[in-house]
Amino acid sequence: MSDKAKSIKETSRRQFLADGAKAACGAALLGVAAGFGASQVGASSQVFVRPPGAGLDSDFLASCLRCGQCVRACPHDALNVAGLFSRTATGTPYFQPRQVACEMCEDLPCVKACPSGALDPELTDVTKARMGLAVLIDQETCLNYLGLRCGVCYRSCPQIDKALTLDAQHNQRSGKHTLFLPKVHSEHCTGCGKCEHSCVLEVPAIKVLPRDLAKGELGHHYRLGWEEKAKKGESLIPEAFDMPDRMPEVILPTLPEVKP
Amino acid sequence: MKWLILRRISQGMVLGLFLLGPLAGVWLISGSLSGSMLLKVLPLTDPVVFLQTLFAGHHPAATALAGSLIVISFYLVVGGRVFCSWVCPVNIIADSAAWLRGKIGIRGVLFFSDSSRYWLLAMVCALAFAFHSAVWEMINPVTIFSRGIIFGLSGAIVVGFTLFFFDLLLGKRGWCQICPTGAFYSLLGYLSPLKVIASDRERCDQCLACYKVCPEPQVLHGPLKEKGASAVIRSGQCTNCGRCIDVCPHSVFEFGNRFTK
Repeated sequence: MSDKAKSIKETSRRQFLADGAKAACGAALLGVAAGFGASQVGASSQVFVRPPGAGLDSDFLASCLRCGQCVRACPHDALNVAGLFSRTATGTPYFQPRQVACEMCEDLPCVKACPSGALDPELTDVTKARMGLAVLIDQETCLNYLGLRCGVCYRSCPQIDKALTLDAQHNQRSGKHTLFLPKVHSEHCTGCGKCEHSCVLEVPAIKVLPRDLAKGELGHHYRLGWEEKAKKGESLIPEAFDMPDRMPEVILPTLPEVKP
Repeated sequence: MKWLILRRISQGMVLGLFLLGPLAGVWLISGSLSGSMLLKVLPLTDPVVFLQTLFAGHHPAATALAGSLIVISFYLVVGGRVFCSWVCPVNIIADSAAWLRGKIGIRGVLFFSDSSRYWLLAMVCALAFAFHSAVWEMINPVTIFSRGIIFGLSGAIVVGFTLFFFDLLLGKRGWCQICPTGAFYSLLGYLSPLKVIASDRERCDQCLACYKVCPEPQVLHGPLKEKGASAVIRSGQCTNCGRCIDVCPHSVFEFGNRFTK
Protein backbone atom coordinates (compact mmCIF):
# COMPACT_ATOMS: atom_id res chain seq x y z
CA MET A 1 0.00 0.00 0.00
CA SER A 2 1.33 3.41 -0.95
CA ASP A 3 1.80 6.06 1.65
CA LYS A 4 -1.06 8.06 0.22
CA ALA A 5 -3.51 5.17 0.29
CA LYS A 6 -2.39 4.41 3.82
CA SER A 7 -2.99 7.97 4.87
CA ILE A 8 -6.44 7.97 3.22
CA LYS A 9 -7.34 4.76 5.00
CA GLU A 10 -6.01 6.21 8.24
CA THR A 11 -8.07 9.38 7.72
CA SER A 12 -11.25 7.52 6.94
CA ARG A 13 -10.84 5.33 9.99
CA ARG A 14 -10.32 8.44 12.07
CA GLN A 15 -13.30 10.06 10.43
CA PHE A 16 -15.40 7.00 11.16
CA LEU A 17 -14.35 6.93 14.80
CA ALA A 18 -14.87 10.66 15.17
CA ASP A 19 -18.32 10.53 13.56
CA GLY A 20 -19.36 7.67 15.78
CA ALA A 21 -18.10 9.48 18.85
CA LYS A 22 -19.95 12.65 17.84
CA ALA A 23 -23.19 10.76 17.45
CA ALA A 24 -22.62 9.10 20.81
CA CYS A 25 -21.98 12.48 22.36
CA GLY A 26 -25.14 13.92 20.87
CA ALA A 27 -27.07 10.96 22.22
CA ALA A 28 -25.46 11.38 25.62
CA LEU A 29 -26.49 15.05 25.69
CA LEU A 30 -30.05 14.05 24.87
CA GLY A 31 -29.79 11.44 27.61
CA VAL A 32 -28.82 14.07 30.16
CA ALA A 33 -31.73 16.24 29.01
CA ALA A 34 -34.07 13.27 29.30
CA GLY A 35 -32.64 12.62 32.74
CA PHE A 36 -33.75 16.10 33.74
CA GLY A 37 -37.22 15.30 32.53
CA ALA A 38 -37.25 11.96 34.29
CA SER A 39 -36.13 13.52 37.54
CA GLN A 40 -39.11 15.85 37.29
CA VAL A 41 -41.58 13.08 36.52
CA GLY A 42 -40.43 9.94 38.26
CA ALA A 43 -38.76 11.18 41.42
CA SER A 44 -40.07 10.40 44.88
CA SER A 45 -42.93 12.42 46.27
CA GLN A 46 -40.61 13.97 48.85
CA VAL A 47 -41.59 17.50 49.69
CA PHE A 48 -38.81 19.93 50.52
CA VAL A 49 -38.91 22.44 53.33
CA ARG A 50 -36.93 25.67 53.13
CA PRO A 51 -34.85 27.35 55.87
CA PRO A 52 -36.38 30.10 58.06
CA GLY A 53 -37.28 33.33 56.27
CA ALA A 54 -37.46 31.78 52.83
CA GLY A 55 -41.12 32.57 52.26
CA LEU A 56 -42.91 31.03 49.32
CA ASP A 57 -40.89 29.30 46.60
CA SER A 58 -42.30 31.58 43.93
CA ASP A 59 -40.33 34.44 45.50
CA PHE A 60 -37.48 32.43 46.93
CA LEU A 61 -36.39 31.12 43.52
CA ALA A 62 -36.14 34.70 42.29
CA SER A 63 -33.84 35.82 45.07
CA CYS A 64 -31.72 32.84 46.16
CA LEU A 65 -28.17 32.94 44.77
CA ARG A 66 -27.72 29.17 45.27
CA CYS A 67 -24.44 29.90 47.08
CA GLY A 68 -24.92 27.53 50.01
CA GLN A 69 -23.79 29.89 52.77
CA CYS A 70 -26.90 29.18 54.84
CA VAL A 71 -26.15 25.46 54.54
CA ARG A 72 -22.64 26.03 55.87
CA ALA A 73 -23.95 28.27 58.64
CA CYS A 74 -26.41 25.69 60.02
CA PRO A 75 -24.81 24.40 63.25
CA HIS A 76 -26.95 21.27 63.24
CA ASP A 77 -26.28 20.22 59.64
CA ALA A 78 -30.01 20.22 59.01
CA LEU A 79 -29.73 22.12 55.71
CA ASN A 80 -28.66 20.55 52.42
CA VAL A 81 -27.86 21.93 48.97
CA ALA A 82 -30.23 20.52 46.34
CA GLY A 83 -28.36 18.43 43.79
CA LEU A 84 -28.61 18.43 40.01
CA PHE A 85 -31.35 15.82 39.75
CA SER A 86 -33.16 16.95 42.84
CA ARG A 87 -36.88 17.68 42.61
CA THR A 88 -36.32 21.20 43.79
CA ALA A 89 -34.22 23.84 42.01
CA THR A 90 -30.58 22.77 42.01
CA GLY A 91 -28.34 24.66 44.42
CA THR A 92 -31.15 25.84 46.67
CA PRO A 93 -31.19 24.99 50.39
CA TYR A 94 -33.72 22.60 51.91
CA PHE A 95 -34.10 20.26 54.82
CA GLN A 96 -35.92 17.00 55.38
CA PRO A 97 -37.39 17.06 58.89
CA ARG A 98 -37.59 13.28 59.09
CA GLN A 99 -33.78 13.21 58.85
CA VAL A 100 -32.82 16.37 60.75
CA ALA A 101 -35.39 18.89 61.95
CA CYS A 102 -34.71 22.60 62.36
CA GLU A 103 -33.51 23.32 65.90
CA MET A 104 -34.85 26.88 65.68
CA CYS A 105 -31.62 28.63 66.77
CA GLU A 106 -32.54 31.91 68.41
CA ASP A 107 -29.75 33.80 66.63
CA LEU A 108 -30.81 32.49 63.18
CA PRO A 109 -27.31 31.83 61.76
CA CYS A 110 -28.70 30.73 58.37
CA VAL A 111 -30.63 33.97 57.88
CA LYS A 112 -27.60 36.01 58.94
CA ALA A 113 -25.40 34.14 56.45
CA CYS A 114 -27.71 34.83 53.50
CA PRO A 115 -26.17 37.58 51.35
CA SER A 116 -29.11 38.17 49.03
CA GLY A 117 -32.02 38.67 51.38
CA ALA A 118 -33.63 35.48 50.05
CA LEU A 119 -33.85 34.48 53.72
CA ASP A 120 -35.64 37.57 54.98
CA PRO A 121 -33.22 39.58 57.19
CA GLU A 122 -36.21 41.16 58.91
CA LEU A 123 -36.93 37.83 60.54
CA THR A 124 -35.30 38.14 63.95
CA ASP A 125 -37.66 36.05 66.07
CA VAL A 126 -37.39 32.42 65.08
CA THR A 127 -40.90 31.68 66.37
CA LYS A 128 -42.12 33.96 63.56
CA ALA A 129 -40.43 31.72 60.97
CA ARG A 130 -42.80 29.98 58.59
CA MET A 131 -40.70 27.24 56.98
CA GLY A 132 -43.74 25.14 56.28
CA LEU A 133 -46.78 23.87 58.09
CA ALA A 134 -47.14 20.61 59.99
CA VAL A 135 -50.14 18.63 58.86
CA LEU A 136 -51.49 15.51 60.57
CA ILE A 137 -51.81 13.95 57.21
CA ASP A 138 -52.73 10.35 58.07
CA GLN A 139 -55.46 9.97 60.66
CA GLU A 140 -55.67 6.24 59.98
CA THR A 141 -52.25 5.47 61.42
CA CYS A 142 -51.79 8.23 64.00
CA LEU A 143 -51.69 6.40 67.32
CA ASN A 144 -53.64 9.10 69.12
CA TYR A 145 -56.41 8.80 66.54
CA LEU A 146 -56.40 5.07 67.21
CA GLY A 147 -57.07 5.85 70.85
CA LEU A 148 -53.57 5.44 72.27
CA ARG A 149 -51.85 8.05 74.38
CA CYS A 150 -48.77 8.57 72.19
CA GLY A 151 -48.60 12.37 71.80
CA VAL A 152 -44.86 12.33 71.04
CA CYS A 153 -45.30 14.99 68.35
CA TYR A 154 -47.14 17.18 70.83
CA ARG A 155 -44.44 16.87 73.46
CA SER A 156 -41.60 17.45 71.00
CA CYS A 157 -43.15 20.65 69.63
CA PRO A 158 -41.03 23.69 70.61
CA GLN A 159 -44.28 25.68 70.58
CA ILE A 160 -46.18 23.13 72.65
CA ASP A 161 -49.81 24.09 73.41
CA LYS A 162 -49.58 26.90 70.89
CA ALA A 163 -48.64 25.34 67.56
CA LEU A 164 -49.72 21.85 68.54
CA THR A 165 -52.49 20.99 70.98
CA LEU A 166 -54.23 17.78 71.99
CA ASP A 167 -57.96 18.15 71.60
CA ALA A 168 -60.09 15.81 73.70
CA GLN A 169 -62.85 14.01 71.88
CA HIS A 170 -65.14 11.13 72.72
CA ASN A 171 -63.88 7.76 71.52
CA GLN A 172 -66.88 6.47 69.65
CA ARG A 173 -65.30 3.10 69.02
CA SER A 174 -64.88 2.10 72.64
CA GLY A 175 -67.72 4.29 73.80
CA LYS A 176 -66.05 5.06 77.10
CA HIS A 177 -62.61 6.57 76.39
CA THR A 178 -61.20 9.87 75.22
CA LEU A 179 -59.20 10.52 72.06
CA PHE A 180 -56.47 13.14 72.39
CA LEU A 181 -56.23 14.40 68.85
CA PRO A 182 -53.14 16.40 67.80
CA LYS A 183 -54.21 19.65 66.16
CA VAL A 184 -51.82 22.05 64.42
CA HIS A 185 -52.45 25.79 64.69
CA SER A 186 -51.05 27.54 61.66
CA GLU A 187 -50.70 30.92 63.37
CA HIS A 188 -48.00 29.45 65.65
CA CYS A 189 -46.47 26.54 63.68
CA THR A 190 -43.00 27.42 62.35
CA GLY A 191 -42.64 24.25 60.30
CA CYS A 192 -39.49 23.22 62.17
CA GLY A 193 -40.46 19.57 61.72
CA LYS A 194 -39.74 18.33 65.25
CA CYS A 195 -43.12 16.58 65.15
CA GLU A 196 -42.40 14.83 61.85
CA HIS A 197 -38.93 13.92 63.08
CA SER A 198 -40.17 12.43 66.33
CA CYS A 199 -43.29 10.61 65.08
CA VAL A 200 -42.92 7.02 66.29
CA LEU A 201 -44.47 5.41 63.21
CA GLU A 202 -42.44 3.78 60.44
CA VAL A 203 -43.67 6.54 58.15
CA PRO A 204 -44.72 9.66 60.02
CA ALA A 205 -48.41 10.47 60.21
CA ILE A 206 -47.59 14.16 60.72
CA LYS A 207 -45.55 15.90 58.04
CA VAL A 208 -44.34 19.39 57.27
CA LEU A 209 -45.64 20.66 53.95
CA PRO A 210 -44.99 23.92 52.14
CA ARG A 211 -47.53 26.37 53.50
CA ASP A 212 -49.13 27.12 50.17
CA LEU A 213 -49.76 23.41 49.76
CA ALA A 214 -51.01 22.84 53.30
CA LYS A 215 -53.26 25.79 53.96
CA GLY A 216 -56.87 26.31 52.96
CA GLU A 217 -58.44 29.72 52.67
CA LEU A 218 -61.88 30.82 53.80
CA GLY A 219 -64.17 32.76 51.51
CA HIS A 220 -63.26 36.41 52.10
CA HIS A 221 -66.82 37.34 52.99
CA TYR A 222 -67.07 34.63 55.64
CA ARG A 223 -67.52 35.81 59.23
CA LEU A 224 -67.33 33.50 62.21
CA GLY A 225 -70.33 34.38 64.31
CA TRP A 226 -68.73 33.63 67.66
CA GLU A 227 -65.71 35.79 66.87
CA GLU A 228 -67.85 38.71 65.69
CA LYS A 229 -69.90 38.37 68.84
CA ALA A 230 -66.79 38.39 71.02
CA LYS A 231 -65.50 41.47 69.18
CA LYS A 232 -68.74 43.40 69.68
CA GLY A 233 -69.37 42.05 73.12
CA GLU A 234 -72.90 41.01 72.20
CA SER A 235 -74.78 39.35 69.42
CA LEU A 236 -74.81 41.27 66.13
CA ILE A 237 -78.46 40.58 65.51
CA PRO A 238 -81.08 41.92 67.93
CA GLU A 239 -82.58 39.42 70.26
CA ALA A 240 -85.17 37.56 68.28
CA PHE A 241 -88.40 36.08 69.38
CA ASP A 242 -87.61 33.22 71.67
CA MET A 243 -89.80 30.43 70.47
CA PRO A 244 -90.55 27.69 72.96
CA ASP A 245 -88.29 24.72 72.51
CA ARG A 246 -90.16 21.74 71.27
CA MET A 247 -88.33 18.49 71.44
CA PRO A 248 -89.19 15.69 69.05
CA GLU A 249 -91.23 13.07 70.68
CA VAL A 250 -89.38 9.92 71.31
CA ILE A 251 -91.30 6.84 70.43
CA LEU A 252 -89.72 3.90 72.08
CA PRO A 253 -90.01 0.71 70.12
CA THR A 254 -91.96 -1.91 71.85
CA LEU A 255 -89.91 -4.96 72.22
CA PRO A 256 -91.51 -8.18 71.27
CA GLU A 257 -91.90 -10.44 74.15
CA VAL A 258 -89.50 -13.27 74.09
CA LYS A 259 -90.61 -16.47 75.58
CA PRO A 260 -87.99 -18.62 77.15
CA MET B 1 4.80 27.19 30.44
CA LYS B 2 5.11 29.85 33.10
CA TRP B 3 1.65 31.40 32.83
CA LEU B 4 -0.03 28.05 32.38
CA ILE B 5 1.45 26.77 35.62
CA LEU B 6 0.53 29.95 37.46
CA ARG B 7 -3.03 29.64 36.16
CA ARG B 8 -3.34 26.06 37.33
CA ILE B 9 -2.04 27.11 40.75
CA SER B 10 -4.61 29.92 40.82
CA GLN B 11 -7.48 27.62 39.83
CA GLY B 12 -6.37 25.02 42.36
CA MET B 13 -6.04 27.61 45.10
CA VAL B 14 -9.57 28.93 44.54
CA LEU B 15 -11.10 25.48 44.85
CA GLY B 16 -8.66 24.57 47.63
CA LEU B 17 -9.67 27.63 49.61
CA PHE B 18 -13.34 26.62 49.37
CA LEU B 19 -12.57 22.99 50.24
CA LEU B 20 -10.42 23.92 53.22
CA GLY B 21 -13.59 24.47 55.25
CA PRO B 22 -15.45 21.21 54.65
CA LEU B 23 -12.30 19.04 54.48
CA ALA B 24 -10.03 20.57 57.11
CA GLY B 25 -12.40 22.69 59.15
CA VAL B 26 -10.54 25.90 58.31
CA TRP B 27 -13.24 28.34 57.21
CA LEU B 28 -11.32 31.07 55.41
CA ILE B 29 -14.18 31.30 52.95
CA SER B 30 -17.75 30.04 53.12
CA GLY B 31 -20.20 29.45 50.31
CA SER B 32 -19.39 28.77 46.69
CA LEU B 33 -18.40 30.65 43.54
CA SER B 34 -22.01 31.84 43.25
CA GLY B 35 -21.67 33.77 46.47
CA SER B 36 -19.26 33.65 49.37
CA MET B 37 -17.89 35.41 52.42
CA LEU B 38 -14.12 35.73 52.61
CA LEU B 39 -12.60 35.87 56.10
CA LYS B 40 -16.06 36.65 57.49
CA VAL B 41 -15.91 40.24 56.21
CA LEU B 42 -15.58 40.40 52.43
CA PRO B 43 -18.69 39.39 50.48
CA LEU B 44 -18.24 38.08 46.93
CA THR B 45 -21.14 37.49 44.54
CA ASP B 46 -21.23 36.02 41.05
CA PRO B 47 -22.45 39.05 39.05
CA VAL B 48 -24.35 36.91 36.54
CA VAL B 49 -26.32 35.15 39.27
CA PHE B 50 -26.89 38.52 40.91
CA LEU B 51 -28.06 39.94 37.58
CA GLN B 52 -30.60 37.14 37.32
CA THR B 53 -32.06 37.93 40.73
CA LEU B 54 -32.41 41.57 39.63
CA PHE B 55 -34.19 40.57 36.42
CA ALA B 56 -36.35 38.17 38.42
CA GLY B 57 -37.62 41.24 40.26
CA HIS B 58 -35.88 40.70 43.58
CA HIS B 59 -34.96 43.81 45.51
CA PRO B 60 -31.24 43.20 46.21
CA ALA B 61 -29.82 43.07 49.71
CA ALA B 62 -26.77 45.19 50.49
CA THR B 63 -24.42 42.24 51.00
CA ALA B 64 -25.08 40.66 47.61
CA LEU B 65 -24.91 44.05 45.91
CA ALA B 66 -21.60 44.87 47.59
CA GLY B 67 -20.26 41.40 46.77
CA SER B 68 -21.18 41.83 43.16
CA LEU B 69 -19.59 45.29 42.93
CA ILE B 70 -16.39 43.99 44.54
CA VAL B 71 -16.16 41.14 42.02
CA ILE B 72 -16.93 43.46 39.10
CA SER B 73 -14.33 46.01 40.25
CA PHE B 74 -11.71 43.30 40.65
CA TYR B 75 -12.20 41.96 37.12
CA LEU B 76 -12.45 45.47 35.70
CA VAL B 77 -8.88 45.96 36.87
CA VAL B 78 -7.27 42.60 36.08
CA GLY B 79 -9.22 41.91 32.87
CA GLY B 80 -12.79 40.63 32.60
CA ARG B 81 -12.29 37.10 31.42
CA VAL B 82 -9.42 36.56 33.84
CA PHE B 83 -12.23 34.83 35.69
CA CYS B 84 -12.52 32.33 32.83
CA SER B 85 -8.86 31.41 32.61
CA TRP B 86 -7.63 31.91 36.17
CA VAL B 87 -10.59 31.04 38.40
CA CYS B 88 -13.37 29.10 36.64
CA PRO B 89 -12.97 25.34 37.29
CA VAL B 90 -14.62 24.59 33.93
CA ASN B 91 -11.47 25.98 32.30
CA ILE B 92 -9.54 22.88 33.36
CA ILE B 93 -12.10 20.72 31.54
CA ALA B 94 -12.12 23.00 28.48
CA ASP B 95 -8.33 23.05 28.29
CA SER B 96 -7.95 19.30 28.63
CA ALA B 97 -10.70 18.59 26.07
CA ALA B 98 -9.11 21.06 23.64
CA TRP B 99 -5.73 19.43 24.20
CA LEU B 100 -7.07 15.92 23.57
CA ARG B 101 -8.98 17.21 20.53
CA GLY B 102 -5.71 18.40 19.03
CA LYS B 103 -3.94 15.16 19.92
CA ILE B 104 -6.41 12.84 18.23
CA GLY B 105 -7.27 15.26 15.46
CA ILE B 106 -10.97 15.82 15.94
CA ARG B 107 -12.35 18.67 13.87
CA GLY B 108 -15.16 20.86 15.11
CA VAL B 109 -18.79 20.19 14.32
CA LEU B 110 -20.47 23.14 15.95
CA PHE B 111 -19.12 26.60 15.33
CA PHE B 112 -20.51 29.47 17.29
CA SER B 113 -20.21 33.07 16.24
CA ASP B 114 -18.48 35.54 18.56
CA SER B 115 -21.80 37.09 19.42
CA SER B 116 -23.63 33.92 20.49
CA ARG B 117 -22.45 34.22 24.09
CA TYR B 118 -23.97 37.70 24.34
CA TRP B 119 -27.26 36.44 22.95
CA LEU B 120 -27.25 33.68 25.52
CA LEU B 121 -26.58 36.23 28.27
CA ALA B 122 -29.56 38.23 27.04
CA MET B 123 -31.65 35.06 27.04
CA VAL B 124 -30.59 34.29 30.62
CA CYS B 125 -31.81 37.73 31.74
CA ALA B 126 -35.02 37.38 29.72
CA LEU B 127 -35.72 33.96 31.26
CA ALA B 128 -35.26 35.34 34.77
CA PHE B 129 -37.62 38.20 33.99
CA ALA B 130 -40.24 36.02 32.31
CA PHE B 131 -40.35 33.30 34.96
CA HIS B 132 -39.65 35.44 38.06
CA SER B 133 -36.89 32.99 38.93
CA ALA B 134 -33.17 32.50 38.33
CA VAL B 135 -34.03 29.90 35.68
CA TRP B 136 -30.55 29.65 34.19
CA GLU B 137 -29.19 28.43 37.52
CA MET B 138 -31.17 25.22 37.02
CA ILE B 139 -28.76 24.23 34.25
CA ASN B 140 -25.82 26.65 34.47
CA PRO B 141 -22.91 24.18 34.27
CA VAL B 142 -20.40 26.72 35.61
CA THR B 143 -22.12 27.14 38.96
CA ILE B 144 -23.38 23.55 39.14
CA PHE B 145 -19.86 22.22 38.56
CA SER B 146 -18.11 24.47 41.07
CA ARG B 147 -20.84 24.10 43.68
CA GLY B 148 -20.83 20.36 43.13
CA ILE B 149 -17.10 20.14 43.84
CA ILE B 150 -17.33 22.34 46.92
CA PHE B 151 -20.38 20.60 48.39
CA GLY B 152 -19.50 17.09 47.19
CA LEU B 153 -22.54 16.66 44.95
CA SER B 154 -22.67 14.05 42.20
CA GLY B 155 -23.97 16.65 39.73
CA ALA B 156 -20.37 17.89 39.37
CA ILE B 157 -19.37 14.56 37.81
CA VAL B 158 -22.34 14.54 35.41
CA VAL B 159 -21.77 18.14 34.35
CA GLY B 160 -17.99 17.67 34.20
CA PHE B 161 -18.21 14.69 31.84
CA THR B 162 -20.94 16.32 29.76
CA LEU B 163 -18.86 19.45 29.26
CA PHE B 164 -15.73 17.42 28.51
CA PHE B 165 -17.38 15.39 25.78
CA PHE B 166 -19.26 18.40 24.44
CA ASP B 167 -15.95 20.22 24.06
CA LEU B 168 -14.10 17.17 22.80
CA LEU B 169 -16.55 16.04 20.15
CA LEU B 170 -19.05 18.74 19.31
CA GLY B 171 -17.14 22.00 19.24
CA LYS B 172 -13.68 23.26 20.08
CA ARG B 173 -14.03 24.92 23.48
CA GLY B 174 -17.70 24.62 22.68
CA TRP B 175 -19.04 25.57 26.08
CA CYS B 176 -16.73 28.56 26.56
CA GLN B 177 -17.87 29.88 23.15
CA ILE B 178 -21.41 30.35 24.38
CA CYS B 179 -21.08 30.67 28.17
CA PRO B 180 -23.11 33.67 29.38
CA THR B 181 -20.88 34.07 32.44
CA GLY B 182 -17.92 34.50 30.09
CA ALA B 183 -20.03 36.93 28.05
CA PHE B 184 -20.58 39.13 31.09
CA TYR B 185 -16.89 39.13 31.98
CA SER B 186 -15.88 39.83 28.39
CA LEU B 187 -18.00 42.99 28.53
CA LEU B 188 -15.86 44.05 31.50
CA GLY B 189 -12.78 43.08 29.49
CA TYR B 190 -13.53 45.80 26.95
CA LEU B 191 -12.78 48.33 29.69
CA SER B 192 -10.02 46.71 31.70
CA PRO B 193 -6.46 48.04 31.46
CA LEU B 194 -4.44 44.80 31.76
CA LYS B 195 -3.95 43.39 28.27
CA VAL B 196 -1.71 41.12 26.25
CA ILE B 197 0.31 43.07 23.69
CA ALA B 198 1.95 41.73 20.54
CA SER B 199 4.73 44.18 21.20
CA ASP B 200 7.36 42.49 19.06
CA ARG B 201 5.07 41.51 16.23
CA GLU B 202 7.68 42.18 13.56
CA ARG B 203 9.46 39.09 14.85
CA CYS B 204 6.40 36.91 14.06
CA ASP B 205 7.20 34.25 11.46
CA GLN B 206 3.62 32.96 11.07
CA CYS B 207 4.26 29.67 12.84
CA LEU B 208 0.65 29.78 14.14
CA ALA B 209 1.65 28.37 17.53
CA CYS B 210 -0.38 31.11 19.25
CA TYR B 211 -3.45 30.51 17.05
CA LYS B 212 -3.39 26.84 17.97
CA VAL B 213 -3.42 27.37 21.73
CA CYS B 214 -5.52 30.53 21.91
CA PRO B 215 -9.05 29.86 23.21
CA GLU B 216 -10.29 32.89 21.25
CA PRO B 217 -7.99 33.02 18.20
CA GLN B 218 -10.10 35.68 16.47
CA VAL B 219 -8.71 38.26 18.90
CA LEU B 220 -5.13 37.71 17.69
CA HIS B 221 -5.47 38.62 14.06
CA GLY B 222 -5.78 42.41 14.20
CA PRO B 223 -3.05 43.20 16.73
CA LEU B 224 -0.69 40.64 15.24
CA LYS B 225 -1.17 41.04 11.51
CA GLU B 226 -2.97 44.22 10.52
CA LYS B 227 -0.66 47.02 9.40
CA GLY B 228 -1.26 50.22 11.31
CA ALA B 229 -3.50 48.53 13.91
CA SER B 230 -2.59 48.70 17.56
CA ALA B 231 -0.55 45.78 18.87
CA VAL B 232 -2.69 45.70 22.01
CA ILE B 233 -5.19 42.82 22.16
CA ARG B 234 -8.05 45.01 23.29
CA SER B 235 -10.88 42.58 22.66
CA GLY B 236 -12.81 41.71 25.80
CA GLN B 237 -12.99 38.15 24.56
CA CYS B 238 -9.29 37.65 25.32
CA THR B 239 -9.09 35.77 28.62
CA ASN B 240 -5.61 37.02 29.60
CA CYS B 241 -4.59 33.39 29.96
CA GLY B 242 -1.10 34.13 28.68
CA ARG B 243 -0.83 30.94 26.63
CA CYS B 244 0.35 32.90 23.58
CA ILE B 245 3.16 34.35 25.68
CA ASP B 246 4.08 30.83 26.80
CA VAL B 247 4.15 29.19 23.37
CA CYS B 248 5.50 31.90 21.06
CA PRO B 249 9.02 30.82 20.08
CA HIS B 250 9.96 34.43 19.27
CA SER B 251 8.61 36.11 22.39
CA VAL B 252 6.25 38.34 20.44
CA PHE B 253 3.73 38.74 23.26
CA GLU B 254 3.87 40.24 26.73
CA PHE B 255 1.47 41.54 29.35
CA GLY B 256 1.05 45.30 29.37
CA ASN B 257 -1.65 47.93 29.63
CA ARG B 258 -4.19 48.91 27.03
CA PHE B 259 -2.93 52.47 26.75
CA THR B 260 0.39 51.55 25.19
CA LYS B 261 0.66 52.89 21.63
